[in-house]
Amino acid sequence: MSFSISKQGEVVVVDVEGQLIVGNRQELKQKVLDELEKGEKKFLIDFSQTGYIDSSGLGVLVSLSKKIREQGGELRLANLNDDLQTLFELTKLDTLFQISDTRERALESF
Amino acid sequence: MAESHVALDVEIPSDVKYMEGVIELATRKCRELSIPPQKCSLNVRVALAEAISNAILRGNGDAAHKHVRVRAVVNDAAVVFDVTDEGPGFDLAADRPDPTAPENILSEDGRGLFLMHRLMDRVERFQSDGNVVRLTLNRE
Repeated sequence: MSFSISKQGEVVVVDVEGQLIVGNRQELKQKVLDELEKGEKKFLIDFSQTGYIDSSGLGVLVSLSKKIREQGGELRLANLNDDLQTLFELTKLDTLFQISDTRERALESF
Repeated sequence: MAESHVALDVEIPSDVKYMEGVIELATRKCRELSIPPQKCSLNVRVALAEAISNAILRGNGDAAHKHVRVRAVVNDAAVVFDVTDEGPGFDLAADRPDPTAPENILSEDGRGLFLMHRLMDRVERFQSDGNVVRLTLNRE
């Protein structure tokens, strides 16, 4: 499991490879906060290579969303598989995040 | 009474780095039992992740010398996962805020037990050679 960060135009794109769980959530949080600290405002997390997310992983996404909004930025999500879509619906986090089917649509939405 | 057998019985050191391996083993067993795919890929993986991380971080207080045991028993009707830690246990029935309520949706915590209840058909807690959280998933 790992996270890779790239820049597409003005958007910082984070790919989550593997799981987003209690054991690695702090690593994701720190990587995104480092970019926020540098002045980045637009963030997209792409879950196309993600297996599952636990409650602590969901918690980090909520926390990052709040911190980014406080800095005048925005966090959006893309490529949730059926399991992840169900997880976001169960927790009603699908109402909190703007979620796109594809990375391209998400990038266009900023 | 339905015949049952032990499908999984592993003990891991109390460290979250061992979680993923156990969860993948349980998921593989789930698939071998021809349980519907989403129950294996979502319900089992996420509910077990919650139970095991609770056991490590809360039950065992993140003490590396302690252990967590994960056991799965299967019968015709259900898979029953027991996650056992060395802690004193907790009140499963205690009132907890609904994490989906508008006033809690921005909270970073509080979704673990909620997810266990939503993803499993039954969640129980009892003492038996340690603090046991029992997750029951119907096979159909």
